[in-house]
Amino acid sequence: MEKIKKIILNIFADAVFEEKDKLTVTVNPKELHELIRTLHANEELPFDYLVYLIGMDWGEKLGVVYLLSSSKDPSKEIIVKTGTSDRENPLLYSITDLYETAHLNEREIYAMYGIRFINNPDMRRFLLNDDWVGFPMRKDYDANPEINPVSVVSKDIIDTASRIMETPDGLKEEIVNVFEADDYIINIGPQHPSTHGVMHFRTALDGEIVKKIDIHSGYIHRGIEKLSESLTYPQILHFTDRLDYLSANINRHALCMCVEKAVGIEIPERAQYIRTIMDELNRISSHLLAWSAQTNDLGATTAFIYGMREREIILDIFDKTCGGRLIINQNVIGGVMFDIYADFQKDVKAFIPYMREKLREYDRFFSHNVIALGRMVNIGKLSKEDTVSYAVTGPAGRASGWSCDVRKYQPYALYDKVEFKEVIRAEGDSYARYMNRLDEIEESLKIIEQLIDNIPDGDFLAKTKAIIKLPEGEYFQGVEAGKGLFGVYIESRGEKTPYRLKFRSPSMALVSVMPLICKNEKISDFIGIGGSMDYVIPDIDR
Amino acid sequence: MFQNYSQPLEFTNLTSWLDAALRENLPEFWAVFIELVLVGVVLLAAYAVLAMILIYVERKITAFFQARIGPNRVGKYGIFQTVADVLKILIKEIIHVNKVDKFLFYAAPFFMIVASVLTFGAIPFGKSLHAVDFNIGVFYVTAVSSLGIIGVLLAGWSSNNKYSMIGAMRSGAQFVSYELSAGFALMTMVVLSGTMQFSEMIESQAYCWNIFNGHISSLVAFVIYLISGHAETNRGPFDLPEAESELTAGYHTEYSGLQFGFFYLAEYLNMFIIASIAATVFLGGWMPLQISGWDGFNQLMWYIPSYIWFFGKVGFLIFLSLWVRWSFPRLRIDQLLNLEWKYLLPINLVNILVMVILVLTGLTLTDLF
Repeated sequence: MEKIKKIILNIFADAVFEEKDKLTVTVNPKELHELIRTLHANEELPFDYLVYLIGMDWGEKLGVVYLLSSSKDPSKEIIVKTGTSDRENPLLYSITDLYETAHLNEREIYAMYGIRFINNPDMRRFLLNDDWVGFPMRKDYDANPEINPVSVVSKDIIDTASRIMETPDGLKEEIVNVFEADDYIINIGPQHPSTHGVMHFRTALDGEIVKKIDIHSGYIHRGIEKLSESLTYPQILHFTDRLDYLSANINRHALCMCVEKAVGIEIPERAQYIRTIMDELNRISSHLLAWSAQTNDLGATTAFIYGMREREIILDIFDKTCGGRLIINQNVIGGVMFDIYADFQKDVKAFIPYMREKLREYDRFFSHNVIALGRMVNIGKLSKEDTVSYAVTGPAGRASGWSCDVRKYQPYALYDKVEFKEVIRAEGDSYARYMNRLDEIEESLKIIEQLIDNIPDGDFLAKTKAIIKLPEGEYFQGVEAGKGLFGVYIESRGEKTPYRLKFRSPSMALVSVMPLICKNEKISDFIGIGGSMDYVIPDIDR
Repeated sequence: MFQNYSQPLEFTNLTSWLDAALRENLPEFWAVFIELVLVGVVLLAAYAVLAMILIYVERKITAFFQARIGPNRVGKYGIFQTVADVLKILIKEIIHVNKVDKFLFYAAPFFMIVASVLTFGAIPFGKSLHAVDFNIGVFYVTAVSSLGIIGVLLAGWSSNNKYSMIGAMRSGAQFVSYELSAGFALMTMVVLSGTMQFSEMIESQAYCWNIFNGHISSLVAFVIYLISGHAETNRGPFDLPEAESELTAGYHTEYSGLQFGFFYLAEYLNMFIIASIAATVFLGGWMPLQISGWDGFNQLMWYIPSYIWFFGKVGFLIFLSLWVRWSFPRLRIDQLLNLEWKYLLPINLVNILVMVILVLTGLTLTDLF
């Protein structure tokens, strides 16, 4: 990383470095694009993976924090910050040309902070309506409900996008049409059986073939990040479960670890074991649901119910452990809320061979079915470059040949002590994603097998202070959730509430890549590809 | 020749007694008139009752495939569940959609149901349980059952809904394609039996079902008929027109209440109709299993009434169709059309030729032995 620092200083002499556990560099907005482009093009270690794009309101300045990483070695990270003091019309340069994943994220920042990005090809607000008054995530936002009353009138969707482009004779604001004039557009969603939540794809069709997809989201946006700014850390824990509700326990693990690391809480060994086992059980249940939903999207209702049948056993184990089934509230700061019950090991050990048997059944029943193969092989191809550019992580990212398992490159909990294989396939089609999930279930079973007999005795919850205050600073923590990298970013000013809290949701990347891979596919395959990506909408509509 | 066997449970006795009684007491015209009305009423009642039974059976069998219990609350084993559902659908409000083509929109379900009832009338349910016995029965059934597609297309078109429209267009392409295969498969069997009349077809299969009689060629035709018949009923893996995960409900998205009920009913009955035509043409219809010369055995078989045989065979075929429906994922539209135009149709054309040769050169089983 010293090398990187030198490279940056060579070009940008006035860049400000901060000595933290991650290399942090602050530049002025004009130099930002050039700096990131340099990092992106760096040959030895190209920073081609944009992990976080965080809007910030530092009070005197509005800005953006970028966490860049490399697809070659995702454990190497660099933080780039920039900001502008213009609160009336804040403008920053877009990096959409380098990282496709920046596109939706920049649009979200525009909705939340009002920062517009120059050269972003489509600068509509994401997650919010275009007529929303004020920018909710700003510290001086007026939340008076009279300013933004609940509308009971149906609003037409306007398919035009404004943007600011840089031309030789200065900045130019323009309005472009999203679709062509005579496109046959259908709304897939927000109420649709196969969008896996309240997602809205405006889809232009040419007969049965998808021409273009325009993503609308935010129908169930709850403002979790804003709410968190006025809640204490133990209170915020409950929100994490409600993001990607299928990986509820894993998400919560991320926030717990982030806070524990910041405060310096040492959590008991027993709690680590319980957390890891529960995470893996959670992952299996998430993958089972993903498998089921995908088969259902392809029209096989019976396979769907088979997946649900196996998932039920895991939910029963959760139920017996802590009373919750989907959202289990098991992780708390300092350990876990409940110890495991007496027969926990017996139940889990009975589940492992049962699940293995069922995996073989899935294989016989669906994985090699000729219709299923016809619907998945070579459908929705995603190249490795696009995977990195769109920051698609998780089973979908690994299906395109990118090694991006957080458990491997930044091991947390007990993942450095257990042996498991990172499932990677190179094809990048729906079938690779499908098979990846089934194989990952097997790997999760292996992890559980190694841990279940060795759970040490002792406490399951460390003593913590009644009021947890994080020391001033910035904290990142990523975990491998069912759908990919789930990240937590906390900026603390030493209070009991965070100054800024950001969740990096894997689903947003998965959805953002849909228009790319569904182009020129049939409409039925669009649904099938959606199933293979396995996104969850509350994860996007934070 | 079958009169030699005792048939205690057949309806023949009842119908001939009724016929005689009517003719004795009434003038010819009124006797026939009353009989016609009776037949009509019985057919319509049977149509509704069969649909209810089918829906219940499908639910239970599906539940069995899917490791579930199925309906079990209304009545013992949930047998009144479909009755309750039918009652519900009867009293449900029909929601009038403003921006539809009113006339076509309301006409569409009738096309569906009429096509289905017309075909239903020509099915021989048992010995003497046969409403209309045309001498061109096979032709009639093929012709009338293809009317249903008009209902689907009208429904999709008039709904003024893009989902419905896509569903209807898919349906049109699918139905026209598979109609061909189904028709050709039936033609193959017409070549074999040398008649288009259902009753004669059944008689000719007394000792050797058509599926065995024409051996290879018949088997091929049978499989093709099952596939294309299945496709014609719009049921999975061919349920693209109403592909739930893509088009929500396809062409009948905008329908509610009894109008939707008509589509639903027709779909179930079409499944039954396809199965019963297959049973009649390939598996000997209501004819009991008989072996030439084994009089004792044959008598035993005849004690089982013909309608039981018919429903048994049909039930078996329906079970097959359900098995397929609940096991396979859905095809894509291009795959669906490929299957028909690139595989089934050429095979079919060759097959019909093979059958002609078999019949002409006397290589069918009945000719050989």
